Amino acid sequence: MTLDAKIPAGPLAEKWSKHKFNLKLVNPANKRKYDVIVVGTGLAGGAAAASLAELGYNVKAFCFQDSPRRAHSIAAQGGINAAKNYQNDGDSVYRLFYDTIKGGDYRSREGNVYRLAEVSVNIIDQCVAQGVPFAREYGGLLDNRSFGGAQVSRTFYARGQTGQQLLLGAYSALNRQIHLGKVKMYTRTEMLDVVMVDGHAKGIVTRNLIDGKIETHTGHAVLLATGGYGNVFFLSTNAIGSNVTAAWRAHKRGAFFANPCYTQIHPTCIPVTGDHQSKLTLMSESLRNDGRVWAPKTVEIAKKLQTGELKANQVKEEDRDYFLERKYPSFGNLVPRDVASRNAKEMVDEHRGVGGSGIAVFLDFADAIHRLGRDAVSAKYGNLFDMYYQITNEDPYTQPMRIYPAVHYTMGGLWVDYNLMTNVPGLYALGECNFSDHGANRLGASALMQGLADGYFVIPYTLGDYLATIGPKPVDSKHPAFEQTKQDVMARINKLLSLKGTKTVVEYHRDLGHIMWEYCGMARTAEGLIKAKGLISALRADFWKNAIVVGENEEVNPALERAGRVADFLELGELMVDDALQRKESCGGHFRLESQTPEGEALRDDEHFAFVAAWEYQGDNQPEKLNKEMLDFEFVHLTQRSYK
Amino acid sequence: MSQGNMNLTLKVWRQKNATTKGAFVTYKAEGISPDMSFLEMLDVVNEGLIHKGEEPIHFDHDCREGICGMCSLYINGHPHGPKGAITTCQLHMRTFHDGEIIVIEPWRAAAFPVIKDLAVDRSSFDRIQQAGGFVSVNTGVTIDANAIPIPKVIADEAFNSATCIGCGACVAACKNASAMLFVSAKVSQLGVLPQGQPERWSRVQAMVAQMDAEGFGNCTNTGACEAECPKEIKMTNISRMNNDYFSAKLFRQEGVHEHATGGE
Repeated sequence: MTLDAKIPAGPLAEKWSKHKFNLKLVNPANKRKYDVIVVGTGLAGGAAAASLAELGYNVKAFCFQDSPRRAHSIAAQGGINAAKNYQNDGDSVYRLFYDTIKGGDYRSREGNVYRLAEVSVNIIDQCVAQGVPFAREYGGLLDNRSFGGAQVSRTFYARGQTGQQLLLGAYSALNRQIHLGKVKMYTRTEMLDVVMVDGHAKGIVTRNLIDGKIETHTGHAVLLATGGYGNVFFLSTNAIGSNVTAAWRAHKRGAFFANPCYTQIHPTCIPVTGDHQSKLTLMSESLRNDGRVWAPKTVEIAKKLQTGELKANQVKEEDRDYFLERKYPSFGNLVPRDVASRNAKEMVDEHRGVGGSGIAVFLDFADAIHRLGRDAVSAKYGNLFDMYYQITNEDPYTQPMRIYPAVHYTMGGLWVDYNLMTNVPGLYALGECNFSDHGANRLGASALMQGLADGYFVIPYTLGDYLATIGPKPVDSKHPAFEQTKQDVMARINKLLSLKGTKTVVEYHRDLGHIMWEYCGMARTAEGLIKAKGLISALRADFWKNAIVVGENEEVNPALERAGRVADFLELGELMVDDALQRKESCGGHFRLESQTPEGEALRDDEHFAFVAAWEYQGDNQPEKLNKEMLDFEFVHLTQRSYK
Repeated sequence: MSQGNMNLTLKVWRQKNATTKGAFVTYKAEGISPDMSFLEMLDVVNEGLIHKGEEPIHFDHDCREGICGMCSLYINGHPHGPKGAITTCQLHMRTFHDGEIIVIEPWRAAAFPVIKDLAVDRSSFDRIQQAGGFVSVNTGVTIDANAIPIPKVIADEAFNSATCIGCGACVAACKNASAMLFVSAKVSQLGVLPQGQPERWSRVQAMVAQMDAEGFGNCTNTGACEAECPKEIKMTNISRMNNDYFSAKLFRQEGVHEHATGGE
């Protein structure tokens, strides 16, 4: 199958305008004849549901949380990029486009990324109009900070809670439409399958998480905005409930899954303390504006730091290795996330790690406190410092933070074209759950930008084109596909509930996470990946024999919810390994040890791997089929990335 | 999985569903590490229950980093436990001592009915915001974000109110189960910003009316809400809301109110 990304021809700056003009429109009186399903209410889903309802469509929105406001977008800390150039420091739409393409290690589409940069400026306008309280200067104008992978200040922020404030903005817009009756909101409701009618997505099957009721919902189109799959690693910065189920169910109904192995490992997270740990907490990238990353120069000093014989602030200046500043003088501590993470791992691998486990490096604010004063540092990062203190019982004002990389974001996801439609007609994917804009590595403060771009400024235009094509005839809820899909869902639930073995679902999940982190994490080898494949396949087989799932369907049953999600992660994990195995190059967040430069940097192989790997499901226990979408670079010259 | 040496006794409220009567059930939490979060301690207890084929204790939680507002729990008489300015997921076991008895209850309020065990239904908060907690602006505005300068102190004040996570601790802490701190924070955020002015007077009336309809109690200025709020939302929000509410009721009719700019 040839994948048509539908990128419009012509100069970069004109593609989106021309495309918008060429898209079909649905006339205002007809819009109310269409039902649109939106699954997920984070930045992408919340923004899409509100904007589509404003246009006049009937929207049904779904989330598994108790309120749309709790989607995990809320936890994004640092900020949102936009090419406003308010700082007069040389930013432009083209520069944001270029930084994002380069940051993604030349594995994303030029057309998509340019559009993202183009609409970024509208997002800030929109959010301010909604009453989002971004940080401001004393003159009353908006403030900016810097983020990794950029040499301009283009990140807008609301203290360390930018995601929260943007989500509350989208949530308020959604609330307005719920109040007006244009959005019907289903909370504590989990999507468990897509209903396909004659090759088109026409509805979903859901489970009510309070009473277990399995229901079908019809729609002229189904939009998935269900987030990323980082929890396949068990430990990640994702919320406990974040999962791949909606996207994975769609994949098994025909939607291609693109670049599943592209995982972002965020460099600055609080290190793991023990097996009880249920999640990892991020310390925002914004901290690298003022914090300096270092490890001791020698293994001997590292040992003393690990045993507590020596305190961090007793280590002499000449015994410290500020390794990012040393290796990358022009970007320093603000190198992109993949580069910072790999270098931290290198320190630990050289036994120069710190903390009780030796699996951490320092992020030090002593210089910033000396230069700016404690109050100024507190005003910028106070809530992050408090968060660090709560978790570790250590005061980052008086001793450096201990940090280590953790899984944070997944660049891979459902394959979509320029219109955000998957290869399944009528099925769309928005935000982190699609694959489209970040290539092999996402730059900081770009996830919020992409989620809101997709929801506010892309889908409201592109969806109409499909709807106008299919026409407003009501979807037939009596079509046998609805009942059949519902039966499939119930059969799977019953199968899960019949598992009365000896090992809990959480234990399986933790085991899967260990395999993924060890063999499909920051650095990968063919040998390790082949081993991982066998381990996952055995673990999955064991799960379906030996897991314990307590309780019944007709009640609140988090054990059952978790079981369904972990079962899907066990399938996804194997696909990620397959994808990592075929991609023999290193690029962005994907580092193959076999492919590195003499200096140990990621070595891309543009000749053989400048493509999107779009995997096609072939049936249970069958190897998936790899489809390639070749990436054309018409405007940007591919170079080996350098931040030196 | 246990790796610590703290042993605790938990008295946990168990309730099958909204219509069944609940009761306290005692559990042992053994081998607990002081580095565990409170919810991780409950995870350990639940894993033990599942291994025995028993139903785990149900509680709401999601982000586990203090921002989503999903976790609740009334611990030893305090919403989100004994420490100030944090949520339950940020509470760590080092706060407790070996051998301690810990009492865990759900939020108690008529407007927050119990769903199961320790989880309650807080959809009343959503409905209050649906009634008017927004600026009526469609996607696609073209006013530049910097077209209206907002004094830093106003932006900061709006932010301080906007930081509310909607967890409901204020309601749980209040002897009247009042939602005034929550509603006033929402009213204040938009009420002090220029973008919120056109609907300032109708918004406060609509949100207060919905709050009353949901069955929340009234405010008697005890201040437990402020003391227990994990995000340290201030009671001055309540004064501001009352001020706007009476102002709206007494002097201002929809559409003819005098133009206000930038808050107080």
